[in-house]
Amino acid sequence: MSTKLGMKHFWPFFWKLANPKVFMRWSGLCLPWIIALTVLCLGTGLIWGFFLTPDDARQGSTVKIIYLHVPSAFIAINGYFVMVLGSLFWLVRRQHVSVLVAKASAPIGMTMTVIALTTGAIWGQPIWGTYWVWDPRLTSFLILFLFYIGYVALWAAIDDQDKVADLTSVLALVGAVFAILSRYAVIFWNQGLHQGTTVTIADGVSQKNISSIFFQPLLLSMIGFGLLFLTLLLIGARTEIRAQRLQVLEGLERLK
Amino acid sequence: MMPDLGKYAVEVTSAYGITFLLILIISFLYWRRGLIIKRRLMAAEARKDA
Repeated sequence: MSTKLGMKHFWPFFWKLANPKVFMRWSGLCLPWIIALTVLCLGTGLIWGFFLTPDDARQGSTVKIIYLHVPSAFIAINGYFVMVLGSLFWLVRRQHVSVLVAKASAPIGMTMTVIALTTGAIWGQPIWGTYWVWDPRLTSFLILFLFYIGYVALWAAIDDQDKVADLTSVLALVGAVFAILSRYAVIFWNQGLHQGTTVTIADGVSQKNISSIFFQPLLLSMIGFGLLFLTLLLIGARTEIRAQRLQVLEGLERLK
Repeated sequence: MMPDLGKYAVEVTSAYGITFLLILIISFLYWRRGLIIKRRLMAAEARKDA
């Protein structure tokens, strides 16, 4: 009942955010609080994980890399889904704010993919004996990174804003296949060196393949990385909205 | 204060170092571009109103 009531109010508010003025007002109000929460969660999660958790019996101190690797991989994949949703809303409803949110999401997701690939390689060397293998999850993650690069490069290559929004949206939708593959590769192909998922949500319940002593700071780090993504996304989207307004004003000045 | 990372000290500290560096770079770039665009927009709005 309360969920239905919540959704009843959520969707009208969500669609109102497609109005740039409403988006700027609400994001401006929320941003300082989200920044404070980001610093709190990310700082606490990483300090807890790095300084206050024990070494793993088999992996030694390399287990501390989990507090960077899992959250960044989580955001790399889900950041792509934000891009896909923004692109989809643009293609269906032609809302500029949605595609600008997608545009702002790409460099953050790309950075998170680099962090996940780099920390994974650093972790892999002592544990697997190699920095890289053509494992299904690693390979699909690398392809996801290439899609991120392609998406960012396409935005930079074309001046016509509506045309580039259409093209990048289609590219984002095509790349969604690899975001799904990256997420579920360890389930689709039961092979390769990469372990199964550390945390999964099944039937609304979180299931974890990790001891609670590591899980609690990991969860906090994941929330911290999620909030960092949201912070940068809001800053980026606000900048893109302002940049679009600036382009219009400068265009009018040139006509005078 | 620093935990004993044993024989994997280089791996763990480099993973944390690279991550912090990348997060700082992306945050700085977003903040800087935001500031530049905001200033240019304010100047353009002022010219329009003048």
